[in-house]
Amino acid sequence: MTTTLYTSDHEWLAIDGDVATVGITDYAQQQLGDVVFVELPKVGRSLKKAEAAAVVESVKAASDVYAPVTGEVLETNAELAAEPALVNSDAQGKAWFFKIKIADKSELGGLMDEAAYKAHTA
Amino acid sequence: MLAHDQDSLKRTPLYDLHVSLGGKMVPFAGYDMPVQYPAGVLKEHLHTRAAAGLFDVSHMGQIRLLPKSGKVEDAARALERLVPQDIVAIAPGRQRYAQFTNADGGILDDLMVANFGDHLFLVVNAACKDADEAHLRANLTGDCVIEPLADRALIALQGPKAETALAKLCAAAPGMKFMDAGPHEVAGFKCFVSRSGYTGEDGFEISVPAGDAERLAKLLLENPDVLPIGLGARDSLRLEAGLCLYGHDIDTATTPVEAALEWSVQKSRRSGGARTGGFPGADKILAHFDNGASRRRVGLRAEGRAPVREGALLFAGEAGGAPIGQVTSGGFGPSLSAPVAMGYVPTPLAALGTKLFAEVRGQRLPLTVAAMPFVKNTYKR
Repeated sequence: MTTTLYTSDHEWLAIDGDVATVGITDYAQQQLGDVVFVELPKVGRSLKKAEAAAVVESVKAASDVYAPVTGEVLETNAELAAEPALVNSDAQGKAWFFKIKIADKSELGGLMDEAAYKAHTA
Repeated sequence: MLAHDQDSLKRTPLYDLHVSLGGKMVPFAGYDMPVQYPAGVLKEHLHTRAAAGLFDVSHMGQIRLLPKSGKVEDAARALERLVPQDIVAIAPGRQRYAQFTNADGGILDDLMVANFGDHLFLVVNAACKDADEAHLRANLTGDCVIEPLADRALIALQGPKAETALAKLCAAAPGMKFMDAGPHEVAGFKCFVSRSGYTGEDGFEISVPAGDAERLAKLLLENPDVLPIGLGARDSLRLEAGLCLYGHDIDTATTPVEAALEWSVQKSRRSGGARTGGFPGADKILAHFDNGASRRRVGLRAEGRAPVREGALLFAGEAGGAPIGQVTSGGFGPSLSAPVAMGYVPTPLAALGTKLFAEVRGQRLPLTVAAMPFVKNTYKR
């Protein structure tokens, strides 16, 4: 059973045990426009919560994707690196950025559930 | 969303149309302008190269120079005191690209100058238009009446289908060649039409009375080949075309020679020409022509897919060393599906094929000095 949580910076995390799959929200991709490039973190990298972890670039501009929790990068989405436009077509599905091993589950307490995130972007 | 003071922003005569078309409005040069429409930058860019795009460039300044003597050649001679171009040689019905230079040989603004038979018609950048007008008044008042045309909009129609789209409303359009310019009726409105643009595509720029602008834009947009295009795609199109953006690729610290704009300075104004010099910064600019400049604007292609953007520092090697230059414009070129950039490098490193590196997020990405335009232009010469 996975739970999906959201950050105020428009990342989503699908949590399955102590592993979180991270991407950017559909709202975020709409704001960015056509995504032409993503840069993913190296597998094995230790990320601190709120650290810049990945980059997503539209024709217009580059934006950081932040680590929503502290932990180690377990896997990155090679399909996304090859086809950045997946962010626009399936932001909260196929266009996941990376999986992270959650170091401290208490950090999840500060994140939003779907209803709270909807209110945040309304 | 970026917070901005909506009240202080000016609106063009097409503002309501942009909003009704779903334009995402952003502040640009003091105006509330559409950066994109619902189609998005990528589709807007590709549509312009495949069919036709309509751009609102009404924020740009339109200025008439009326010779007090009644002879357009006198206005041309007067304007030559401010630009290194041969203005006298612009035939009636033609226009030319020019730059206002300063005493250091830098560029105050770049502009288009058209000869309308009895006066000159100038189009200048939005961010510079007040300063340009003051500059003209300070220097040319003895010879010319300087008349800003604040009550006109400017619409660009660009792309391979631009000619057929405009021909439906303006019978004269197909007969015009690249850089022809003059008064023409478009859909019965009293317009000034030039065959020019800022995309590298064939196309037209249409100055129309403000009160007629929305009706004209709607008539053009009735054609299914024509889509509205925002500033985002305008920038990616001009970048692929290798065209300079004032304030970024050229400014008061770059001479026309450093900026690789030698082609825009006619022989008559260079050393040994019939009217050599006589413009601000002529000593420095002519010295650059005669002896070369120490740096040069070049095109840059990346090997990877990561866009290299404005401000990125350039290096000669993969590690160590001081920066040798900087990227002045850069991004993703939708027609090439690859990053493109331009920037300034020392002249010995400006040769085509030179390998350089750009620092992006702490990493040095390999680049190659490449010919511009990046996308072949399709002007109707």
